[in-house]
Amino acid sequence: MLTLPIYFDHAATTPCDPRVVDAMLPYFTEKFGNAGSRNHKFGWEAEEGIDRAREQAAALIGANEKEIIFTSGSTEGNNLAIKGAAEMYEKKPAGQTGRGHIITAIHEHKAVLDPCKRLQKEGFDVTFLEPPRDGVITAKAVEAAMRPDTILVTLMWANNELGTINEVPEIGRLCKSRNVLFHTDATQWVGKMPTDVERDGIDLLTWSGHKIYGPKGVGALYVRRRNPRVRLVAQIEGGGQERGYRSGTQNVTGIVGFGKACEIALNEMDADGKRLLAFRQKMERELTRALDVTQINGHAERRLPHILNISFGFVEGEGLMMAIKEIACSSGSACTSASLEPSYVLKALGIGDDLAHSSLRLSMGKWTTEEQVDYAIAKITEAVKKLRLLSPLYDMHLEGIDINTIQWAAH
Amino acid sequence: MAYGPKVIDHYEHPRNVGNFGTTADVKTRKDIGVGVVGAPECGDVMQIQIKVDPASGKIEDAKFKCFGCGSAIASSSLATEWIKGMSVDEALQIKNTDIVEELSLPPVKIHCSVLAEDAIRSAISDYKKKNGIPETAPSASAH
Repeated sequence: MLTLPIYFDHAATTPCDPRVVDAMLPYFTEKFGNAGSRNHKFGWEAEEGIDRAREQAAALIGANEKEIIFTSGSTEGNNLAIKGAAEMYEKKPAGQTGRGHIITAIHEHKAVLDPCKRLQKEGFDVTFLEPPRDGVITAKAVEAAMRPDTILVTLMWANNELGTINEVPEIGRLCKSRNVLFHTDATQWVGKMPTDVERDGIDLLTWSGHKIYGPKGVGALYVRRRNPRVRLVAQIEGGGQERGYRSGTQNVTGIVGFGKACEIALNEMDADGKRLLAFRQKMERELTRALDVTQINGHAERRLPHILNISFGFVEGEGLMMAIKEIACSSGSACTSASLEPSYVLKALGIGDDLAHSSLRLSMGKWTTEEQVDYAIAKITEAVKKLRLLSPLYDMHLEGIDINTIQWAAH
Repeated sequence: MAYGPKVIDHYEHPRNVGNFGTTADVKTRKDIGVGVVGAPECGDVMQIQIKVDPASGKIEDAKFKCFGCGSAIASSSLATEWIKGMSVDEALQIKNTDIVEELSLPPVKIHCSVLAEDAIRSAISDYKKKNGIPETAPSASAH
């Protein structure tokens, strides 16, 4: 039986796996100790829980457990990695080119862009790469932007709106050959796709619990300890927890849940990924067959299995979401925002504002069923057809008028 | 964001959807006024067409099409419902605030009502231009 509404917004967050919740429960009530209490059973139990989680997290990305710093999530992890590395590795004394050069891209998550902009204000030089139409940042593009004073490259592994995959192992190898640190925000990637920080040439890697069926408010930052030993300037100071990189009493329940989620992901991601790829391809096939002027945004193949970003020409995204309110998803349309600006990620790809306003992001997860996929296909097709009957732009299209040639009175 | 019941009603059962012919057709018809406002890159395009009885000067029929969110669709649907049967000068008295009130639009959706008012004015202005009728009183839509 199909229960409504259905959840197609797993790139925003995922439900917690019941096995994760079970692992967490004892740490709320019985094993409630502070992992910093080194002289009694309660403290030891908490510490053991954290140690196990650290091993589980490290195993998921091919790291050593000493290289895992627990955080409150990817926003904190990105801030610590980017600001912490910049402050540690800045060129001293400040030369003519400033404190050092950082490379990122304009369609990164705000949790990377804003720390980079902050550093720019504080005297670092930042290059914001512009992606090509397919959204993929290549090693070649990074190489072209590199300078003698480049200290850090920070690029996401997979994009949160598009699901497109940057050339990460290649970029990692490039950075290694130039002795430049490489940080990747892997929030959408880790736990879905195989990750090996050694093979993939990564120095700093951020991920989050709630995207991988773990709890919200917990994540991890991988900090390489060998070849090279990476050091960071702590951004939160205090009791010296997490090897001094992240002070504050550890969120033991969250960390235990995060570890369990990592362990489950390692065992199940291959099977989940295969199933979801088939679902995504079915949606792409059927929606583009049923509806004209429909485009899939981002690279055709280099995409995560579970994220589909699709634009339906001449239909506005928020209006469309109202017609498919039984399908929880997100849109690149920003009709509700004060700025009325559509998605900056879609704009970065050179997708016109009209098609950016017409986009939906559908992201599936572990418990997505084929019945839900079929329902979504049918419902979206019906809604787009209905809204096109209402759309003056679709009429113009049918009459052969190119809407890009019209002088619109901007409001 | 939750929508009010009247917005949902107009969205699910839009009134007076359509047009009086192709873009080329309506351009040549003197009894038809066409207003198209907004822009695709802003996420809203509203089109209102009015059919005016030349003898009485009354709007005997009105049609709309809208590319936009639920509130934009509801605002244009409501506008056509209201102006049917009005004289063109009566229709010019409709204010966006009337639409906001009727549909209980939240502040973030006020621009939808502004577009609907503009679409009415624009359609009437087109009708008047085609028929050589001077534009009356300054159209006081200051925004």
